[in-house]
Amino acid sequence: MTFADLEQIKERELAGQKKIVLRCCMAAGCMSSDAKGIKEALEAAVASAGLQDSVEVRGVGCMRLCCEGPLVQADPQDALYVRVTPGNAPDIIEALKGAKSSLARADTKSAFFTKQVSIVLANTGITDPERIESYIALDGYRALHEALTELPPSEVIERVTRSGLRGRGGAGFPTGLKWSTVAKTPGDRKYIICNADEGDPGAFMDRSVLESDPHAVLEGMAIGAYAVGATQAFIYVRAEYPLAISRLQVAIRQAKRVGLLGSGIFESPFNFNIDIRIGAGAFVCGEETALMASVEGRRGTPSPRPPFPAQSGLWGCPTLINNVETFANIPAIIRRGADWFAGIGTEKSKGTKVFALAGKVRNTGLIEVPMGTPLRTIVEEIGNGAPEGGSIKAVQTGGPSGGCIPDEHLDTPVDYESLTKLGSIMGSGGMIVMDDKTSMVDVARFFMEFCVDESCGKCVPCRTGTVQMLRLLGKILAKQATARDLAKLEELADMVRHTSLCGLGQTAPNPVLSTLRFFRGEYEELLQPDVYGPGGPGTAAAPPAA
Amino acid sequence: MIAAPAARKRSSAAERVAQQIGADKRFKILEAHIKKFQLRHDALIEVLHKAQELFGFLDDNVLHFVSDMLRLPSSRVYGVATFYHYFKLKPQGLHTCVVCLGTACYVKGASKVLETIEAHTGIAAGETTADKRLSLLTARCIGACGIAPSVVYDGVVTPRQTAESALERIKLWEVP
Repeated sequence: MTFADLEQIKERELAGQKKIVLRCCMAAGCMSSDAKGIKEALEAAVASAGLQDSVEVRGVGCMRLCCEGPLVQADPQDALYVRVTPGNAPDIIEALKGAKSSLARADTKSAFFTKQVSIVLANTGITDPERIESYIALDGYRALHEALTELPPSEVIERVTRSGLRGRGGAGFPTGLKWSTVAKTPGDRKYIICNADEGDPGAFMDRSVLESDPHAVLEGMAIGAYAVGATQAFIYVRAEYPLAISRLQVAIRQAKRVGLLGSGIFESPFNFNIDIRIGAGAFVCGEETALMASVEGRRGTPSPRPPFPAQSGLWGCPTLINNVETFANIPAIIRRGADWFAGIGTEKSKGTKVFALAGKVRNTGLIEVPMGTPLRTIVEEIGNGAPEGGSIKAVQTGGPSGGCIPDEHLDTPVDYESLTKLGSIMGSGGMIVMDDKTSMVDVARFFMEFCVDESCGKCVPCRTGTVQMLRLLGKILAKQATARDLAKLEELADMVRHTSLCGLGQTAPNPVLSTLRFFRGEYEELLQPDVYGPGGPGTAAAPPAA
Repeated sequence: MIAAPAARKRSSAAERVAQQIGADKRFKILEAHIKKFQLRHDALIEVLHKAQELFGFLDDNVLHFVSDMLRLPSSRVYGVATFYHYFKLKPQGLHTCVVCLGTACYVKGASKVLETIEAHTGIAAGETTADKRLSLLTARCIGACGIAPSVVYDGVVTPRQTAESALERIKLWEVP
């Protein structure tokens, strides 16, 4: 593979492009509503109308407005058809010829689309994820070429550092700093891992990126490997994402075939291979040390840090671990420059963030907004507010490690620091809207139950502390608890937070703490008067309830 | 002299392996899969995935076979198989119904769907009906939050479920 070969693939692909493109969403959401049948029906309708030469039916990744799926978009007419059925295919073809149609359409000029800025999702819904040519036609793998042939590794790291990119997995560690640590650590053998173990309930960004634009992730990983001096990579994907796994397998096979993976990429001395590792349903494996244990084929239990993976990771070798979305940002940063990227977002949080918007909101789906966008813009303009008869009570970010942000704080800009200040976290990007019918105590119990199930059992505070907290929450919900139980819950939350081994335990109390902070009244309403004094049994009884 | 015990151990493992292969063709497929990974220990999870795909669940025979083939202690294989939720150590029903209990599904009423199915079938999540026709499972999020609440029937993700629609679907699997 040379640059000329890359150009040739691009030109051939562009020359073969037809005047009209019908893009069919083939991501997991729409696939569950017969997207495959729709694509076949459209192909048949195009053939029977004799339009094969001018109309292309293309299967693409997520088109974002998941709640209205299955989606089909006609270009250049800019018509986005919603809730399509295979039976609509002939009408869609007629509409291409200018016939008036009564098909349901979404307004592509609505706030849901116009308020978004795409870097990670730039190709999502446009390229065919199962054809590498489709990605190359949109300047894919050019950044890798530039890095390998024009930039020394230190310059690649310098660009990433200057861009201000921070890890998109949740903690927000500066990516450039992580890369330079791995690069500086001596070692003959280094590894690179893409964390695609998206375990947060309510999050589907990484799944969508992998299903829609897998080559962007592969390209980002290759650039990362070149920068830190690694030659072998692993992508750790959840077993719950079969479509993402199969698209990754296809993408890796195609990249190998054209010589973009393997040895001597772009006629440079750089060799690079990627293997997929499939998870087996353990949330804790999203934690980097647990993930590495799982890649090594062991139980996914975390280990204390330091040593950090950058110093001693997989099989004791320096290892770079980044999240899917972090890697997907890299090609754009190399291609368009660090300053361009740093120009988007806020002072401390650069670029954009992809969110999975779901819950009690009219528009649910995949969104990408610049860092610093107020939560209110996301929920009320992009999400178009709560469905009829409801009002928004809180927004939950960060999954079981995050917290609930109440309505009165919706003007908070979305960036790492502001969300942390409110007792929540950016997290990987799950955003669940809750309306006035949602009980916050029940939500806290839901997340605690999750943590009890997912605690790996290695350290005591997390293993037993979460169980005790769950029991107390159950007691409160059953209206059998007193103020003393609530005090005990808070005490336990503090203990679990400060003494657990890994991030799972350290953040497990967050949903409880944040709902207590903003919705304490809901807890207190459920409490019963104490029959004992403040010291518990054996102390003076409280006066009888009136 | 030193090599002798090791050689004996290998032959006994090989014998056990040979016995099982003789009885069941699926072991042969699994063996080929293990060899594809060059007997590497870090392939254990991959191998267990394949084994579960072939056998439906992981019983003691399969786990012993894997530990013999990979030359890993059976405690290690058992430890890994029990650690991950995805691996099943008991036979599953003819059909599976997985109710997603992710946050988005939960706030949109997935627990109601689950309760209804539990009440109708008389089994709790994680169990299989006495006639072995249905296994009821829950998932912690299948990433289909945009179409919540979703339920997976025999591997097919189905959007926007209600207690009624789920029940209707389950009834299709019952013996008429």
